[in-house]
Amino acid sequence: METLLDLRDAFFNLDIILRASPILISGFWMTLKLILTVVPLGLLGGLIVALLYTVPSRAVRWPLIVYVDLFRAFPPLVLLVFIYAGLPFAGYEISAFAAVSLGFFLNTSSYYGEILRAGIESIPRGQVEAARSTGLSKWQAMTWVVLPQAVRNVLPDLISNTLEVAKLTSLASVVALPELLFQARQAQSLTFNATPIMAAAIVYFVLLWPLVRLLSRLEHRMIASH
Amino acid sequence: MNPASPAAAMTNWQAFLFTFFDAKTMATYAPKIAQGFLLTVELAILIVISGLALGLFLAVVRSFRIRPLNWLIVFAVDLFRALPPLVIIVFFYFGLPVVGLGFEGFTTTWLALTLVLAAFAEEIFWAGILAVPKGQWEAARSTGLGFLGTLGWVVLPQAIRMTIPPLTNRTIAITKGTALGSVVAVAEILSTAQSAMAESANPSPLTLGAIAYIILFVPVVIAGRWIETRFAWKR
Amino acid sequence: MTQGPVLLSVRGLRKSFGATEVLRGIDLDVHERELVFIIGPSGSGKSTLLRCCNRLEEPSSGSIIVDGTDLMARGTDINLLRRRIGMVFQNFNLYPHMTALGNVMLALRRVLKKPRAEAEEIARAALARVGLADKAANYPTELSGGQQQRVAIARAVALDPKIMLFDEPTSALDPELVGSVLATMRELRESGMTMMVVSHEMGFARAAADRVLFMDQGEIIEQGPPTQIFEDPREARTRAFVQQINRH
Ligand SMILES: Nc1ncnc2c1ncn2[C@@H]1O[C@H](COP(=O)(O)OP(=O)(O)O)[C@@H](O)[C@H]1O
Ligand SMILES: [Mg+2]
Repeated sequence: METLLDLRDAFFNLDIILRASPILISGFWMTLKLILTVVPLGLLGGLIVALLYTVPSRAVRWPLIVYVDLFRAFPPLVLLVFIYAGLPFAGYEISAFAAVSLGFFLNTSSYYGEILRAGIESIPRGQVEAARSTGLSKWQAMTWVVLPQAVRNVLPDLISNTLEVAKLTSLASVVALPELLFQARQAQSLTFNATPIMAAAIVYFVLLWPLVRLLSRLEHRMIASH
Repeated sequence: MNPASPAAAMTNWQAFLFTFFDAKTMATYAPKIAQGFLLTVELAILIVISGLALGLFLAVVRSFRIRPLNWLIVFAVDLFRALPPLVIIVFFYFGLPVVGLGFEGFTTTWLALTLVLAAFAEEIFWAGILAVPKGQWEAARSTGLGFLGTLGWVVLPQAIRMTIPPLTNRTIAITKGTALGSVVAVAEILSTAQSAMAESANPSPLTLGAIAYIILFVPVVIAGRWIETRFAWKR
Repeated sequence: MTQGPVLLSVRGLRKSFGATEVLRGIDLDVHERELVFIIGPSGSGKSTLLRCCNRLEEPSSGSIIVDGTDLMARGTDINLLRRRIGMVFQNFNLYPHMTALGNVMLALRRVLKKPRAEAEEIARAALARVGLADKAANYPTELSGGQQQRVAIARAVALDPKIMLFDEPTSALDPELVGSVLATMRELRESGMTMMVVSHEMGFARAAADRVLFMDQGEIIEQGPPTQIFEDPREARTRAFVQQINRH
C-alpha cells in the first residue's frame, strides 16, 4: 500500500500535473506543429526524389543514391546537432525550429523517397504503355496511372515512416525547441517528480497508438499476401 | 571584372576548410572519437543481439496463442512502437531514479532500444509465422512432428527468411538510435564530438563525428539495400 | 481377394464446422493391403474424412481405430501414431527451405531420432523408390510438380507407415506429369501398402482399387468393386456422378 502510494506520488501526481499542464499543453502544440511541418515537407521531398529516380540517366541517379543513402545513414540526432551547432560556425545563424525542419527534411525525404521509388518500381511497365497508348503524356501517365497504384502498394511503409517521423520530433528537445518532451523535462527538473514525463509519454501513446494499430493490420495483410 | 573577387572566394573557402576541417583540432580529438566509435559499435551490437532474441522469443510465445498472455505481448509491443525512443530513455534515466531504480546511461540506452527493437521484431516475426502456409504445418504434423518441432524446424526457418528485409531495415534504423545515448551521458560518438567541440570552440570534432557515422552506417545501409533485393519477398 | 485384418476402423464419425455438418456418421473398415478409392462431388467431405483419420481435423464425435490404437483416446500419443499414417497432399506441401533429401530426412531425424547416417540412408532409399535418387540435392522449386509430389510420397514412405492417405495427389499437376505419380502409387500398392485415395483418376481406380466408395453430402452413399460402381451403380446419385466424370 505504502509503495503504491509512493508510485502514485512519483508518476501520477495530480497536483503536479495541474501545475505543469500549461507548459505541457504548449509543448503538445509545438509537437503537432512540428509534425505538420515535417511530414508534408518530407513527403514532397520524397516524391521529388522518387520522380527523379525515374529519369534514365546515371548523372541523375548516382547523386540521388548518394543523397538517399547518406541521409539514411546519419542518425537524425547527429544531423540535427550538426546543423544546429555547426552552421553558426559557417556564419549562418539558424533558429531551433529551422534547424529541426531542415535536419528532419533531409532524413525524412530520403526515407519517403526510397519508399515511393519502390512503389513506382512495383508497377509493371505495361501500365505506362497502356496509358501512353491512350494518348496520355508521360507525366499524365505518372500522375493518374502509376502514382495512385504505387502509393497504394506502399501505403503501409508510408504510414510506418510517418509514425517514425512523428516520434522523431521528440529529438527537437535536444536543441531546446520547446516541444512536448522538452517541456516535460523542464517541468520534471523543476518539480523533481517524474509525473510530467509520464504525462508526456501517455500523450505520445494516445496520439500514436491508433497509427500503430492500423499499421499492424496493414502489415499483416501485406506479409500474408506474399 | 573585379580581380579581387576570386581571391576573396578563395579565402572564404579556406576559412570554411579551416573551421570545419582543422587538422590540428582533429588530430587532438581523433583518439577520443575513436573511443566513442568503439562504444557506439559495442552498444549497437548488444542492442541487435538482445532486441532480436527477445523479439523472436516473444513471437514464439505468442504462437502458443494463450489469450491473456498474448494481450499482454500485443500491448507491450504497441507501447514500445508508439513511444519515441528518446521519451523511453528520458523516462528510464530521469524518471525511474525517483523510485530508487536508477540505471547508468549506457544501460538505460541499451535497455530502451532493446525493448523498442524487440517490439518491432516481435511484430515482424509474428507476421512471418502467420505467412507460412497452413499446409506446411499440416505436412509436418502429419509426419509426427510436434508443435514445437514443426515451429522450430519447418515454420521459423521460412518465417525468418521472409522477414529478413523488413527486419534488416528496422534493425539499422534502431541501432542509429545509439546517438540518443548522448542525451544521458553515454560517451558514444555524438556526445564525444559535442564535448570536444565545446572544449575546442571549433566544429571540426563534429565533422570527425560525422565521418565516423558515415564509416559506420553507410556500409550498413548499402548492405541493407543488398539484403533487401537478395531476400525480396519470395518463397 | 482374401481380406486381411482390419487396419483402420471408423465408426459413427461426425464432423461439424460451426453449424454445418460436413461428415454425418461415417462407418468404414479398411483392411490390410487394401486400396480404398474415394470419389464424390466437391465439398462432399472427402478431404475432411481423410484429415480426421490422422486428426489434422478434430472429429466432433465417433471413433477411429488405427492398427489397434484408438486415435481419440486421451492416452494416445498422436505424434507417434501419425508417423504410422502417411499423408500426401494435393499441393505437395514440401518444405521449400530444404532439399528433397532434407524433406525426407526431417521426421526421420526429429521424430524417430535416427542418427544422421542412418536417416540419410533410409531417405535415399525412399527417394530411389519413387525414382528420384538423382534429385536428392535439389530444392523443391527446382523440381517439376510430378517430381515434387513423388518427393512428398517418399517423405511419407520413409517413415514406414502402416497406411497412406492420398488427398487428390494429382489434381494440381499438368496432365503430362500425372502418369509418373500414378506409377509410383501403383508400385506402392503392389508392394502391399494399405492406401486410401481421394482422386478423380478413374483409370487408376479401375486398375488398382479393391473398393470404390462414393460420398455425397457427408455420407457414404455406395461402395463396391470398381467395375460395379463405374458400370452398374445402384444409386441414382452415383450414376449421375459417374456419368458426369466419364463425359470429361
Ligand atoms: N476448416 C474449415 N472450416 C469451415 N468449413 C470447412 C473447413 N474445411 C472444409 N470445410 C467445408 O466442409 C465441406 C467439405 O469439405 P471437404 O472435406 O474439403 O470436401 P471435398 O474434399 O470432398 O471437396 C465443404 O463444404 C467445405 O466448405
Ligand atoms: Mg478435397
